[in-house]
Amino acid sequence: MKGVIAELVAGLRGFLERVGALARFFGRLLWLTPRGLLQVRLVVEQVYNAGALSLVIIMTCGLFVGMVMGLQGYDLLQRIGSEDALGVGAALALLRELGPVVTALLFAGRAGTALASELGLMRATDQLAAMEIMAVDPMRRVVLPRFLGGVIAMPLLTAVFITISLYGVQLIAVQSFGVDQGQFWSQMRGAVELSDIREGLIKGLAFGIACSLIAVFEGYNALPTAEGVGQATTRTVVISAVVTLILDYILTALML
Amino acid sequence: MRPSRAIDISTGLFVVLGFAAIAFLVTQITSKEVAVHSDSYRLKAQFENVGGLKPGAPVTMSGVTVGRVEKIIYDMKLFKAVVTLRIDEHYNSIPNDSDASILTSGLLGGQYIGLSPGGSEEVLKNGDRIEFVQDAIVLENLISKYLFSQAEKTPPGAATPAAPPVPAARE
Repeated sequence: MKGVIAELVAGLRGFLERVGALARFFGRLLWLTPRGLLQVRLVVEQVYNAGALSLVIIMTCGLFVGMVMGLQGYDLLQRIGSEDALGVGAALALLRELGPVVTALLFAGRAGTALASELGLMRATDQLAAMEIMAVDPMRRVVLPRFLGGVIAMPLLTAVFITISLYGVQLIAVQSFGVDQGQFWSQMRGAVELSDIREGLIKGLAFGIACSLIAVFEGYNALPTAEGVGQATTRTVVISAVVTLILDYILTALML
Repeated sequence: MRPSRAIDISTGLFVVLGFAAIAFLVTQITSKEVAVHSDSYRLKAQFENVGGLKPGAPVTMSGVTVGRVEKIIYDMKLFKAVVTLRIDEHYNSIPNDSDASILTSGLLGGQYIGLSPGGSEEVLKNGDRIEFVQDAIVLENLISKYLFSQAEKTPPGAATPAAPPVPAARE
């Protein structure tokens, strides 16, 4: 019994320690951000890594998510004779929830793991230590551009995802089930407001900050072994997914 | 390392695509305009109440879509809503005594305009006005009318009866 309690206390301490370290890490990144933005070339390179390279997976998944929404939504709505409302339902669901959340999960899987394993490998092969010896701050030179690249890329990826998904919904609803095209779009336009789009983009940005932060933090603090790098990658995906969903609840409650 | 020009180009492409998507969402999903096809002519109709009719809603005859609602404005002189319809050129022989009514598709569906042909020899041309119209049905008005008619039937002095269950709106 005593052993169990001691273990619990140790686990809690470890958790708190990690949260504290993460907060400190985040503060340091924010402090460096104004100067980091001046390193345009490094940031652009990371926007390419996090954004442009994720584009294909985002677009493919977006299309299929949209097409599934078209199928399911049509099946549900035609029972009450309201298949015209499919456009509204799909657009609001995508803008407010599905778009940012699915994009963030895909982003954590595609870009987050890449960041974490890259930084973890740099740690394991002592590249970060070598930079410190050369009086180059690895936080500023390596970590910060990767973080900023992810933060810039996420809202844009979210917008691309939502747009492609809507195309997918339209493809199924209008092209194959014959929902009236004018009703589909005009009802959507009547019900969607700019605040819905703002909500989606704000969520995209917030998830971008969270997922990028977790990825660079886990990678930077990875144990310098092959196993450590693997663990950092796994943890990045798991923690990113959990944090995204919790954050989503908080943001939704705030913005409704 | 890839050559940096290729990175610049694909990053640029990604950023442009992202902003294009945002622009699409902001303008196309929220704006009120609907693409109109080329071969069509316009008709006008004046309604006391258009209910939930929106631009882009279909105009049908016997259930077949023959056109779209182009725009809806409120005329300050007539104190009526003026609805402009765009009808496909194929359907160019609609009698000029046809009537237009605002109907609802399904239980929760959107509203649309139904045209029923009249018996006149003359047909509606571009810019003509449809004389005979029927407004959108406002459920509240229907209910209050029903309640008032019930109240009038009650003999004076009798206790006010409990409101009877409201029947479904029927034409």
